[in-house]
Amino acid sequence: MSLLFILIPILASLAIFALRGTAVRNIALVATLANLAVTVFCGLTFEPGQAEQCAFHLPWVPAAGISFSLGMDGITLLMVLLTNLLAPLIVVSSFSRTFDNEPRYYGLVMLMIGALNGVFLATDGLLFYIFYELALIPIYFICAIWGGQDRIRVTLKFFIYTFIGSLFMLLSLLYVYLQTPGSHSFAWADLVAVQLTPDAAWWVMLGFFLAFAVKMPVFPFHTWQPDTYTTAPMGGTMLLAGIMLKMGIYGVIRWMVPLSPEAWGAWSPIFITLAVIGIVYASLIAVKQNDMKRLLAYSSIAHVGLIAAGILAWNKTGMQGGLIQMLNHGINVVGLFCIADLIERRLGTRSLADLGGIAKSAPKFATLFMIIMLGSVAVPLTNGFVGEFLLLNGVWNYNFWLGAIAGLTIIYGAVYMLRAYGMAMFGETNTETARFADVTTREGLVLGTIATLVVVLGFFPQVILNVTDGSVNRILGAMQF
Amino acid sequence: MNQLLPLIPFLPFLGFVINGLFGKNMSKTAVGLIGSGTLLASFLLTVACFNQVSTSGPIQSVLYNFLTVGNLQINFGFLVDHLSVWMMLIVTGVGFLIHVYSIGYMHDDAGFWKFFAYLNLFIFSMLLLVMGDNFVMLFFGWEGVGLCSYLLIGFWYTNRDYGVAARKAFIMNRIGDLGLLLGIFLIFKTYGSLDYAEVFARLGNGDTATITTICILLFIGAMGKSAQIPLYTWLPDAMAGPTPVSALIHAATMVTAGVYLVARCNGLYSLSPDALHLVAIIGTFTAIFAAIIGLRQNDIKKVLAYSTVSQLGLMFLALGMGAYSTAIFHVTTHAFFKALLFLAAGSVIHGMGGEQDIRNMGGLRKAMPITFWVFLIGTFAISGFPLLSGFFSKDEIFAYAYGHGGPIWWGLGLLTTVLTTVYMCRLLYVTFFGDFRGTDEQKHHLHESPKVMTIPLMILATLAVVGGFLNTPHFLHLGSAQWLAHWFSETGAAGSSVIPMAEMHLEESTEWALMLITTGLVLALIVALYFVYTKRDNLPVADSAQSSLARLIAHKFYVDEIYDFLFIKPTERLSKLFHYYVDIQGIDGLVNGVGRGVEGLGTQFRKLQNGNIEYYLIGMVAGVVLLFLTLFL
Repeated sequence: MSLLFILIPILASLAIFALRGTAVRNIALVATLANLAVTVFCGLTFEPGQAEQCAFHLPWVPAAGISFSLGMDGITLLMVLLTNLLAPLIVVSSFSRTFDNEPRYYGLVMLMIGALNGVFLATDGLLFYIFYELALIPIYFICAIWGGQDRIRVTLKFFIYTFIGSLFMLLSLLYVYLQTPGSHSFAWADLVAVQLTPDAAWWVMLGFFLAFAVKMPVFPFHTWQPDTYTTAPMGGTMLLAGIMLKMGIYGVIRWMVPLSPEAWGAWSPIFITLAVIGIVYASLIAVKQNDMKRLLAYSSIAHVGLIAAGILAWNKTGMQGGLIQMLNHGINVVGLFCIADLIERRLGTRSLADLGGIAKSAPKFATLFMIIMLGSVAVPLTNGFVGEFLLLNGVWNYNFWLGAIAGLTIIYGAVYMLRAYGMAMFGETNTETARFADVTTREGLVLGTIATLVVVLGFFPQVILNVTDGSVNRILGAMQF
Repeated sequence: MNQLLPLIPFLPFLGFVINGLFGKNMSKTAVGLIGSGTLLASFLLTVACFNQVSTSGPIQSVLYNFLTVGNLQINFGFLVDHLSVWMMLIVTGVGFLIHVYSIGYMHDDAGFWKFFAYLNLFIFSMLLLVMGDNFVMLFFGWEGVGLCSYLLIGFWYTNRDYGVAARKAFIMNRIGDLGLLLGIFLIFKTYGSLDYAEVFARLGNGDTATITTICILLFIGAMGKSAQIPLYTWLPDAMAGPTPVSALIHAATMVTAGVYLVARCNGLYSLSPDALHLVAIIGTFTAIFAAIIGLRQNDIKKVLAYSTVSQLGLMFLALGMGAYSTAIFHVTTHAFFKALLFLAAGSVIHGMGGEQDIRNMGGLRKAMPITFWVFLIGTFAISGFPLLSGFFSKDEIFAYAYGHGGPIWWGLGLLTTVLTTVYMCRLLYVTFFGDFRGTDEQKHHLHESPKVMTIPLMILATLAVVGGFLNTPHFLHLGSAQWLAHWFSETGAAGSSVIPMAEMHLEESTEWALMLITTGLVLALIVALYFVYTKRDNLPVADSAQSSLARLIAHKFYVDEIYDFLFIKPTERLSKLFHYYVDIQGIDGLVNGVGRGVEGLGTQFRKLQNGNIEYYLIGMVAGVVLLFLTLFL
């Protein structure tokens, strides 16, 4: 079952590479929808009590203890849901743009989705690492081929930065692997069983953290991110911000802390402090940004900083908040980048200073933007609220002052998002924005779906919390600090 | 009734959904009917609730489990006790009258349907706030009303200044919300629950320092929502919204949420004398400060806005004296007379074709007789004219200020009343007496408002007259003395009084003396000011002709400018500084430097590399594909 999540997109991408014309769009859409259907099926048959479900196991290099193993618990299911819920939305919003060599574009997107699913499903350390690196390749090409100004320099930096980060993870993984008994094993359970000395664990956790901190990114490892998000084509930005950065957070939960729990006490104050600094720092920078995409990029650093801090606090509310927020942040950020792209396609600019009065010419768009913006600002009964509430509670439980400082995000978040909304939508129209056409059916479908999710998940967050509850209890129960 | 309880908030929510989705294509009559009809139904259900609460105590109802994380369990649940149902009556009752009024006031506005959708959403949020059975439900409503306030202040969004005012309101409220949120966290940590019934039944579990911290954090939330120093500057700017909004949100209901919060947590506050002291100091200071600013405003709505800030300050003074039910009593009478004053001001603005500067009005009593009379009633009620509603509620506040605080607190209260009477009489006399000072066009246009507006005004005027009899002081022997306070003191969900009776230690003769001094002063002022402000020489002058003290007051003591200098400008500077110097040149510069260093080393290996990353990637892909092939072969 879990192999399907990887197989469907990869087969689709092969088919797309082989084909020409508009069929490739439909194949991409059908494949992502099929993946979504499989996800829903898994969700419905999911048994919260059980540890690992839908397992798939193939020996690979048995002598070295390497196997192609996939498995799913509640946390994985949530990540797979995130990936496969956003995938069709990303594909459909890409339809609004025409790309040179469309088969290549959609083929790479599908490859990317396959690799992302692989990252979340892998229960073998080496397989995890391979998927983690594999996901970098399609996104590199997507950004380097269809990106904006200065794309080669920006994308190269992104690639090298994250690649070097991952090498540290590989070192950590190999070290732990070499401590496994017998002929060694990369299986998650075997790696977790290894008892490290505090000194060794200190280095192992640092290695993992460097990889994941660059990927999320956490302050001060974030400087590749605003340029990359701004330069990448919209679909690429959505993949990066909506899904790919969650690989880092997921890695913290699944690999970093479980493999080196001995070092949590030493590192967590530093990591959480960095994350909290990042929240305030990135929010402050977002306050004066004029480019919508760059503003969203910095806001994403702030949001992810909070998720990272909450999860690193390693308590129930922080962990559950972080997990549900990964899904909801993904939904909202895809919606917001979709909105930025819609504006750019209509007006040829994302500069807030050139906008204004759009609410007058495009009332439906204004409403959808408002709802999604409110989700991002975490107004209660929108999807953003529960995660932020639980995360802040988690950080606050870890340390009162860090929680209070992280809480500034509810103020700054409102400052920069309402400023952006006001500058774009309110005021008198100018000659350009007066002709701003309201959403098309396709755009309405994407933004409408997202807005609906914002409200429905805002009223009924427990549906999602239930998915991860059992797994979170298990992981926290196994590692109590 | 338990099953019907969720209908009370969700009927207006339904109205919001219908008007929001389909209102654009519906007739204005239909939009108005749905908007006010759903609210009327809520009001009637609330009346039924009121009866049930009176006879058989609090009603509870859980709709569903909102979230459960570990032992943090939050239900989408309602608790309607004496305090809740009282607030619900105000929200739905006064809210309904304002909805009806809006049908007339907003009739020519293109966004008519949107206006009603937002108003209904506001009522929904406000009802969640007062009906919730736990602190998180309160927080839902708390932020929800803030959102609606934002949407409605910026209702005429094409005006950028209005958008800025809306944003300011939302952000200042968010500052308070952070305090409230942290207070909620601390409550959960201390009491292991966020349900009112459980928290208030275990109050003894907290030590005094913790309880004081909780109370101060909650009060920070109240400062934001109820516009107390230092978080008050958003409320006067909020007057950018349509006038019914000012009446409903920024006078009668939302801004009193902070008072509700403290009254709801009276058990906690009573355990923390320090927190109560802080509440009283902030409230009193705000009451006087805002009243002084109100003296020199010339925009009819701005005067009322500062008056609201000042009256809210009085409510916090009452809370700080431990007289929680007195504060709610003043919330009630204030809802009547201040909603009345705002709506009457709206009627004036309507009649004057949008004019808000009282220097361009004058003599309106002839052209707008109904508006004039109701405005006069409102003015007298807020000033404390004998037997009108404000007379009773303010007198009670001052009696507690004297009894629990001492003569100084009473004196400060008296000062507020004097200032209130001065700015309100100035407003009344300058607007409605003397000669008309507007343009000929305005004079020609001048008219009384339609019935759909004047009837709600007359109902509110009636309430502003008789509302005080809800809670008459015992020494006057009028009807059932202190009915409201007795009613609030009945048993709530936590097994104790919803709001315990505050003790009054004063001699009857003292109470009489205090009341007579205040009332005498107010009456004298009302008469004296008539002679001052109906003389042409004493009319408010043009801005350029102001004395420097008057200008200082008219410019609101430059508090906005000070905040701008202290907070906004530094934030913006920091934002740019972080972006250019720290982020781009500092951190990223370092990253690039490291990159270049590595590149320098790399020149040694140049022969092995052709520098084109794509070739490496393809090599990498090929390698991985080979790896995978080994798996299946």
